[in-house]
Amino acid sequence: MTFSMFIKRFGSLCITLLVASMVIFFMLEIAPGDVATFMMGVDADPQAVAALREELGLNGSVLGRYFHWLFSILHGDFGISYTYREPVAQLIGERMQVSLVLAILALTLSTVIALPLAAFIALRRGSLTETVALNVVQVGVAVPNFWLAIILLSIFSTKMDLFPAGGFPGWSAGIGPALKSLTLPALALALPQAAILTRVLRSSLIDTLDDDYIRSARAKGLSQKQTLWRHAMRNAMVPTLPIMGMQFSFLIAGAIVIESVFYLPGLGRLVFQAITQRDLIVVKGVVVILVLMVVTITFLMDVLAMWLDPRLARGKT
Amino acid sequence: MRNPLPVSLIIGAILTFTFVASAIITLFYVPFDPAILDIGGRFQPPSLTHFFGTDHLGRDVFSMVAVGAQTSIVVAILSVSIGMGIGVPLGLLAAAKGGLIEELVMRGNDVVFAFPAILMAILIAAIMGPGAFNIILAVGIFNIPVFAQLTRGSARVLWQREFVMSAQIINKGSFRISLEHILPNIVNLIVVQATIQFSLAIAAEAALSYIGLGTQPPAPSWGRMLSESQTMFGWASWLSIFPGLAILLAVFGLTLLGDGLRKVLDPRAINRS
Repeated sequence: MTFSMFIKRFGSLCITLLVASMVIFFMLEIAPGDVATFMMGVDADPQAVAALREELGLNGSVLGRYFHWLFSILHGDFGISYTYREPVAQLIGERMQVSLVLAILALTLSTVIALPLAAFIALRRGSLTETVALNVVQVGVAVPNFWLAIILLSIFSTKMDLFPAGGFPGWSAGIGPALKSLTLPALALALPQAAILTRVLRSSLIDTLDDDYIRSARAKGLSQKQTLWRHAMRNAMVPTLPIMGMQFSFLIAGAIVIESVFYLPGLGRLVFQAITQRDLIVVKGVVVILVLMVVTITFLMDVLAMWLDPRLARGKT
Repeated sequence: MRNPLPVSLIIGAILTFTFVASAIITLFYVPFDPAILDIGGRFQPPSLTHFFGTDHLGRDVFSMVAVGAQTSIVVAILSVSIGMGIGVPLGLLAAAKGGLIEELVMRGNDVVFAFPAILMAILIAAIMGPGAFNIILAVGIFNIPVFAQLTRGSARVLWQREFVMSAQIINKGSFRISLEHILPNIVNLIVVQATIQFSLAIAAEAALSYIGLGTQPPAPSWGRMLSESQTMFGWASWLSIFPGLAILLAVFGLTLLGDGLRKVLDPRAINRS
């Protein structure tokens, strides 16, 4: 991929983020209810409410407030939560220690499961094993992750008592207990994603296995298995990189759902509480951060794939 | 000779038919009305009277699951219609006009793709409060770029073909060409994609209702049944197993149907899995 193409992609990344920030800001702007009134109660003294409005920066033109907000978040200032009375950036940072780790664990797990599984199926083309395995994978794609979470929870924690039934001790309690409480959530997130990844990786592997250099590798005496792991896998992974980027955004979204199964103090819990308490500045902050992560990761994976295989760049606009 | 119908299409069609049929039949007949509580008969395990057992309020789980299909179908139909109704025309327009308009549509797609459906649902819930409408809108918006991208991509290829060029030569406008020549040739692809998006919408409805942003009581919803019964798994596992299986089978059936339709409608794609 050339430098000018990188710049072009980066430019459209910035525009996407800018427009997304407007969408978030103006959507929450039309949310009903005056925050200051909500915080002080309906019977509050109008003067006090007006003073609070001033303090919260709720006066002034909409456009002015948008740019003020945009510049603040560019400096890492996400405002102060109305309900927690704490900086939103700090709240997000704390919750991210759960949500982000959960998403990364799940992505790692699903990759570790999908690689050998895809290789296993790809090496058995046309066999009964392939048909059975593909159907199992297909069912796996359809499994709702929060349902899987409920089942894992009842088997491995309620019945067998191997894992905690929910909650998070915090990283200060040590890596062991913290990871232990994230294992089942990560597994529940990872298994359906692994099924999706397996499907994509398998068809990419099958395409790759028909290439000439694979035949050459076989001709020089490598077994089919050796060829697959040494040559085909590396190339087959490239087209799946953008898909893994997309998966990461599904995982972050999925993490929000899974957190509520396990009562984990992550971004999901933060944002749901904020919605019920109309703490919109928290909602705004969390959504901005998540959108930023989704867009950046998608971009990085696309760029990485194009850098590894310049042929992909030509097909894209 | 015509190939026999793929097995996946048959199984997918059967599962989808069951799913749609239970939504329609329960409009007229339910074995036990889910609105009627029977505290004395609560937590009954599955039996011949109550196929899927009863819940903590003595309601018949089988009836609730069957009625829950209605919610899933309504949400899925509407959200796919929003995505298709806006996305397909946008894609056709982008392919026909090219240039600035195409660029605008593409960048617009990027922005919508930046919001996974759940984030959109969070934003909408913050504005309007939770509800089924929320999911329809969130998933519907998410579906727009999916259809726009697909339509634009395949329409662009068609614009290079001879039959479109000859239509241009006889002075047909790009609107008429899109409608008369492009759309009929990509409608198969759109149908296949719609089936896939239908299954995703059902999964999203379940997830969003599970976390409380979606369908509100008393409307029955598979996702909400799961969140209500979660803590009772230890002694009443049927309460969680059946709604979960319903989601699984509906999503699985529609994916199979989509794959099967793809094989029948677009034989060139068979090897691309």
